[in-house]
Amino acid sequence: MSEAAMSVIHPANRVYLARKRRNVLMLAISSLALAFGLFWLVWIVFTLLYEGGAALARVGLYTQMTPPPGADGGLANAIAGSLMMAGVGTLLGTPVGILAGTYLAEYGRGSWLAAATRFLNDVLLSAPSIVIGLFVYSVYVAKIGHFSGWAGSIALALLVIPVVVRTTDDMLKLVPGSLREAAAALGCPTWKMITSITYRAARAGILTGILLAVARISGETAPLLFTALNNQFWSVNMNAPMANLPVVIFQFAMSPYEDWHRLAWGGAALITMAVLALNIVARILFRKSD
Amino acid sequence: METSTAEIARIHVTMPRGESGPAPDAAGEIRPKLRVRDLNFYYGGYHALKSITMDIPEKKVTAYIGPSGCGKSTLLRTFNRMYSLYPDQRAEGEIIMDGENLLTSKQDVSLIRARIGMVFQKATPFPMSIYDNIAFGVRLFENLGRGEMDERVEWALKRAALWPEVKDKLSQSGNGLSGGQQQRLCIARSIAIKPEVILLDEPCSALDPISTAKIEELINELKHDYTVVIVTHNMQQAARVSDYTAYIYLGEMIEFDATDTIFIKPKHKQTEDYITGRFG
Repeated sequence: MSEAAMSVIHPANRVYLARKRRNVLMLAISSLALAFGLFWLVWIVFTLLYEGGAALARVGLYTQMTPPPGADGGLANAIAGSLMMAGVGTLLGTPVGILAGTYLAEYGRGSWLAAATRFLNDVLLSAPSIVIGLFVYSVYVAKIGHFSGWAGSIALALLVIPVVVRTTDDMLKLVPGSLREAAAALGCPTWKMITSITYRAARAGILTGILLAVARISGETAPLLFTALNNQFWSVNMNAPMANLPVVIFQFAMSPYEDWHRLAWGGAALITMAVLALNIVARILFRKSD
Repeated sequence: METSTAEIARIHVTMPRGESGPAPDAAGEIRPKLRVRDLNFYYGGYHALKSITMDIPEKKVTAYIGPSGCGKSTLLRTFNRMYSLYPDQRAEGEIIMDGENLLTSKQDVSLIRARIGMVFQKATPFPMSIYDNIAFGVRLFENLGRGEMDERVEWALKRAALWPEVKDKLSQSGNGLSGGQQQRLCIARSIAIKPEVILLDEPCSALDPISTAKIEELINELKHDYTVVIVTHNMQQAARVSDYTAYIYLGEMIEFDATDTIFIKPKHKQTEDYITGRFG
């Protein structure tokens, strides 16, 4: 046989077969890892729905106050408190986060200050939330002299900021520089270029970041334990201690009372479903933009 | 101001350097729109343009040709101060338009860029409707009523030979257009704010031959009202669309003359080698 006919490209090629085997192995390992991760996730959701599903379906959960042990009750005050504090926390943290992220991605490119800020923000992003709670306790709650909804909101805002800074920074950096140059080439000043071109191009990503931040703070217990504490009555006074789902779940789950356990399961299922819904909304928004 | 009438007269009579200005064409006297004087450009420590001096004739098409990395796009980007966006880039020397040096720090770069429009190699429609893509730039400088704005958008799109293709879908996203249409949208967007000079940075390099032909026709139209400067790596394109051609190599302007002269009997051996493909 001539040399040309002895091509190495044939099905029995050893190098090729070895690569094929390695491919199958890697696929098996990564599939197993996926199954392992999903297994726990599905188990958690299943357990929550199994234990808390009945409580979720009961109207009283949304209309009645947290009860004393043995009495009938719901989580209405905790739901309202959680919504208010998460809402105010998001409203406080989001503008700061977006503006800081804009500085990092647009104005501070390559500057020393931006690099340092980005690093510190990453530290804040991974700071244990209990530290944030203690911080707000010492600088706000201890000075004012009482727990309050405002203190809870401030703690949650401090958790929102690094998440929004990070996503805004990342999403703005994904906007191609050519778009910025094109805007500048029309005589567009920088602020206008940012507000009407790059924000628009990164809109879905920035919005996703905000939703993820909301999802994160809606389940945080530690920062609220030291700031908003809890309130067993209906209260929308932000200057008073405020009920909230995570702390109620913590308290009720730790109690020896079976009916409190039911409510804790219901609250846990409620938060999980709400976070799941938020994530799905974020996904849909993100997909729409492409 | 160092640009006196005397100096303008001097430039008309004698060009500062042999190859810095083309001879007047048959139409008569050349009025320079942009006068580049001893321009040096640096990317950080890298000296990208070396002492460029030339006049860009008004209402003509001037083409820059040269191998990749020779500095032709860099030169184009000094005219509208695009480099000012990047802190490590700087230009020294003068680019004079209407008696004013565009490179001084007291110049308002936004106003310069409104007077000197630019179209890039890659079409860059903004993430908004076709209509708003055009109106965006206009709104930066003019407060037009709905009717006037509609007219301006239509005018710009007609000028860019895009109107028949998009007139029924003005509210759709500019990203939905084909590559060639997007590039014409970008040209329309530049024209809409009524600049005096239009810079084209390899506007056809990502386009198919039909779209390229449309844009070349458009360039021929545009030169009646605008001063056009085009960077191209396609020599046939330079020969087809331009009145004057400059050959740039390693940051230096080797030769600048009427396009016919450059392509038929260039003065420099280097230019001839590049044009005939014997470059190397």
